[in-house]
Amino acid sequence: MILPLSWLKDYVEIDVTPEELEKKLFDAGFEVEEKYELGKDIDKVVAGYVEQCEPIPDTHLCVCQVNAGTWGNFQVCCGADNVKIGGKFPLALVGATVYATAKDHKTVEGVATIKKGKLRGYESYGMLCSGVELGLTEDLYPGAGYNGLLVLPEDAKPGEDVKPMLGLDDWIFDIALTANRPDCQSILGMAREVAAVLGKELKMPDTDYTETEVKKEGFTVSVEAQDLCPRYSAHYVYDVKIAPSPAWMRHRLALVGMASISNVVDITNYVLKEIGQPMHAFDCSYLEGNKIQVRRAEEGEEIVTLDEQVYTMSPANLVICDGVKPVALAGVMGGLNSEIRDTTEGVIFESAKFARDNVRKTARSLGKNTDASARYEKGVDEYSVVLGMKRALHLMEELGCGKISGTHVDVNTGNSIEPTPMKVSIQKVNGVLGITVPDEEIRNIMKRLNFNPKINGDELLIEVPAYREDMLPQGENDVERYPDVAEEVIRMYGYDHITSTFMPSAQVTMGGYTNQQKGELALKKTLCSMGIHECMHYSFFSPSDLDLLRFPEDAKERNAIQILNPINQDLSLMRTTLASSMLNAISRNEKQGILEGRLFETAKIFVPKSLPLTEYPQEKNTLCVGIFGQEETFYTMKGIAGTIAESMGITFTYEKRKKTFLHPYQTVAVFCQGEEIGYFGKVAYDIQDELDMRASAFLMELDLELLAKWYGSKRVFCPLSKYGEEKRDLAFVMDKEITFGEVEECIRKGNKYIKEIKLFDVYEGGQIPAGKKSMAYTVTFEPKNEAFEGDTVQKFVDKICKNLKNELDIDLRA
Amino acid sequence: MQDKNVLSENLSALKAKIENELDVLKSSKELYEFKNVYLEGKKSKISELMKEMKNLAPEEKASYGKSVNELKEWAVGRFANMEKRVKEMELSHRYEKEKIDISIPAEPAKIGNLHPVTLVKNQLIDIFAGMGFEIFEGSEIETDYYNFTALNTPQDHPARDMQDTFYLSPEFLLRTQTSAGQIHVMEKKKPPIKILSPGKVFRSDDDATHSPMFSQMEGLVVDKGITLSDLKGMLDVFVQKVYGEGTTTRLRPSYFPFTEPSVEVDCSCFACGGKGCSLCKGTGWIEILGAGVVNKKVLENCGIDSEEYSGFAFGIGLERTAMLKYGINNIKLLFNSDIRVLQQINEK
Repeated sequence: MILPLSWLKDYVEIDVTPEELEKKLFDAGFEVEEKYELGKDIDKVVAGYVEQCEPIPDTHLCVCQVNAGTWGNFQVCCGADNVKIGGKFPLALVGATVYATAKDHKTVEGVATIKKGKLRGYESYGMLCSGVELGLTEDLYPGAGYNGLLVLPEDAKPGEDVKPMLGLDDWIFDIALTANRPDCQSILGMAREVAAVLGKELKMPDTDYTETEVKKEGFTVSVEAQDLCPRYSAHYVYDVKIAPSPAWMRHRLALVGMASISNVVDITNYVLKEIGQPMHAFDCSYLEGNKIQVRRAEEGEEIVTLDEQVYTMSPANLVICDGVKPVALAGVMGGLNSEIRDTTEGVIFESAKFARDNVRKTARSLGKNTDASARYEKGVDEYSVVLGMKRALHLMEELGCGKISGTHVDVNTGNSIEPTPMKVSIQKVNGVLGITVPDEEIRNIMKRLNFNPKINGDELLIEVPAYREDMLPQGENDVERYPDVAEEVIRMYGYDHITSTFMPSAQVTMGGYTNQQKGELALKKTLCSMGIHECMHYSFFSPSDLDLLRFPEDAKERNAIQILNPINQDLSLMRTTLASSMLNAISRNEKQGILEGRLFETAKIFVPKSLPLTEYPQEKNTLCVGIFGQEETFYTMKGIAGTIAESMGITFTYEKRKKTFLHPYQTVAVFCQGEEIGYFGKVAYDIQDELDMRASAFLMELDLELLAKWYGSKRVFCPLSKYGEEKRDLAFVMDKEITFGEVEECIRKGNKYIKEIKLFDVYEGGQIPAGKKSMAYTVTFEPKNEAFEGDTVQKFVDKICKNLKNELDIDLRA
Repeated sequence: MQDKNVLSENLSALKAKIENELDVLKSSKELYEFKNVYLEGKKSKISELMKEMKNLAPEEKASYGKSVNELKEWAVGRFANMEKRVKEMELSHRYEKEKIDISIPAEPAKIGNLHPVTLVKNQLIDIFAGMGFEIFEGSEIETDYYNFTALNTPQDHPARDMQDTFYLSPEFLLRTQTSAGQIHVMEKKKPPIKILSPGKVFRSDDDATHSPMFSQMEGLVVDKGITLSDLKGMLDVFVQKVYGEGTTTRLRPSYFPFTEPSVEVDCSCFACGGKGCSLCKGTGWIEILGAGVVNKKVLENCGIDSEEYSGFAFGIGLERTAMLKYGINNIKLLFNSDIRVLQQINEK
């Protein structure tokens, strides 16, 4: 919220520096996000009195002798058409800073330092300035919009700093407000807090006015949708004279970034900023039927708003209507049909409370955000509905732009704007904080915050002002809001009074990871030990990722949960696989010239039970490993899988599998104790090309939900055999298509002493017949209960050879 | 009979020969051969001299035998010295041959790193687990009730504007805060409760300093007599463990619907010690987390008697903590999987 200190000072005396005020507001919960002096870029600019002014021949320039009081007299060259003897203008002395403007004299192009200059042979010691050069506009200071010198007031003393006389010494605070304090969304609201913080009196703005005998006979207001409009008040003002607003009002509106339009419109905006109450003014002559109706819009009903846009509404939108047609989009913007014109003579002022959520929905759905809707969305209280109307009527009278009739209609749901009494236990207030705040401090704080406190033993009796809706009880069971009081007390008393204690009354609890968490962390560390870096990707992905992975229409991965309001299409689906994120990560690395690497991610994939969601989907913890580079092969990935299994004390088995995004012959499904838990394989070449990947890449995805049951498996020591192992190197010649797996299975079959079968060579060509290959193994036999006898192992080998020959037509290589 | 003098000469000749030959031995192989020729075995020269004994007169045997033994002892001693010298020489030759350029760069064994967010998460879990916190990881997809309503943020509550929520259906959404997990825990478990719930959260925000997904860690304590001072006490311990001894905390008022009072917590800048620097933007303080006393309504929504029990809660942004800790300047780097980034940060 933009808070000019000059305006704030109308309601509270400020006897501290802006820095001190910032600190005090910060401690009380109001962070000043930005603060600056309005004339922060302007320095060494003083009032100059032009004593002589001679035209320089053949130019538009004049050479002036300017009296700058105690600074001295300076010769200054000036090209403005309104420079004249006897004029008082801002003089930027040598070394001054002002805004530099473009050739149009209007567009600010940064800050310039004034130097001694020479124009057409005349020396110039400084510059007479326009309003724009001082950062002023016509609204901020009358005459500042003129394309020439800014004329200073008659009583300006030569040599005096111009900043105070032009309001440039004002400070602007931009304050971040928390969502629980909509009552502070106004100058008056912040003044209440500043008064409390500084311990000063709050001076309320004038709200008095005189009602005449005149009435708008028969005028009625009806509110059909009271749920969306708990309070609506209207007041008729006549003999209206539309004119520009006075300079002081234009100045203030300009300070908070609002353009001046006309006195009546400016009053509504002024009240919005000052009191925090959005107001609207209807031109009476365009209201038909002598009535205001507040109702839900009909389906397809249209309104043309002040900015000449046509909106088609639905019953979700609240409209203000006259007897015939919509005249305003409630809480958002007025209708063009009843806008204030130069000819307006009669006005109905509206001050109302609309349901914040409804205003927000209307503003969002129609794409229309206004100062009023922004204010309503934060929450307007009924106290300000009443105060705002009074203030607007007072200003109408003060500005002399209309007469206040006796026709005032207030439709409300019976909410009081009087304070609500509340009783809390001081002990409980202190119990929240863990310290004892002295009663006198509590009383003093609550008094400064306008809660009219009384202390009676442990009882603190307060009256909650109507604008503090955040403190008001909500429902019958919510009468004793001591935490709210504790919060008010401590933010004023100071959080630095909170001492550090360590739960002296709490019971001891056992903390730590669950087995599942420990297991996952151990798994991650195992992966790191293999040179694999952990990475983290968004939980959402793109529909194009599903296409990248070549999933067919009926693939389960396409059954992804959609985000209704995604940031963009690429982040619109909840992941059903981690593969595409990993592929994209590899591709990004390769684009950076990193052509080898290993990555893993553990994250959830989301499997809906039904779409759209009607129950919680399954969130499956999943591991994805991606490796890429010249050195990587199918077998390095298989080794990674093996190490994972070994680290958990389990074994994986593998079966050929087809995946749309992986190599048809280098892809397997991974099984753990008979259960399929995932896959790995080489990335298909068409996908590699699509992603501009130069190096081969391999992906693995494992279901950690299934793997989790093996986390922390108990290891049991297996005694070492007392008897020596026997190893035999055996080379076989076989058909090329026979796999290691088939051979291994056949060797193992029927021999319980085989501990390990290790392949150490695969060879084709040379003495090996075409279509055949040689595979050489080391087979280790481990005796169980007694040592092998002399020819036992040879018998095993013979049996193995026989089996291989019979089953796979494999010969022992001579 | 052999002449004693001849034998004696033979002894002297052998001694001279051993002395000469031993001195020129250069390798283990020569040593081995020498040993076989002169010192060991039945056919060695010394053994042969000893065999002459049988040809001596009985009275001369003793003194001859003694002389041969003395010679043998002397020769074995000399040989042992020589053997030691040759072995040393050989070893040093062997080493010299293996002289390498130690300045040639080596390819280190590759070790992967845990993600910076995981590192920070683990560190925080370790700290809080030591204080008796259990870990609870909730689901990323939540219902409106658990994410908002139960946390005292009903449908038209102003706080709903604070967070732009991703909706999946009118009822389901991506959790905007790990606080949603609090409710699940409090519904199932009665005080004393000390839980820590880390996890991913989502907000519809995507710019230079915001990511639509980030990680939070929520802490919750509910027991009898828990106060704001207890929150401060625990946070003091926490910041000292994460950012070093001497780090202090500052509480300042804030607002969250599920806590009252609510506070933002700053810690004294660990880069400058509170004097003011570029990291803390000259303030001496760094905002680290949001916290507060659990709102009575939240306890009541979970069926916990808010007059008997009270609690505090805090929520830490893990990316922010990691960025502060490791000096990472852009949140997007944490989700980009750039190996040049990932390999820089580890805590082994």
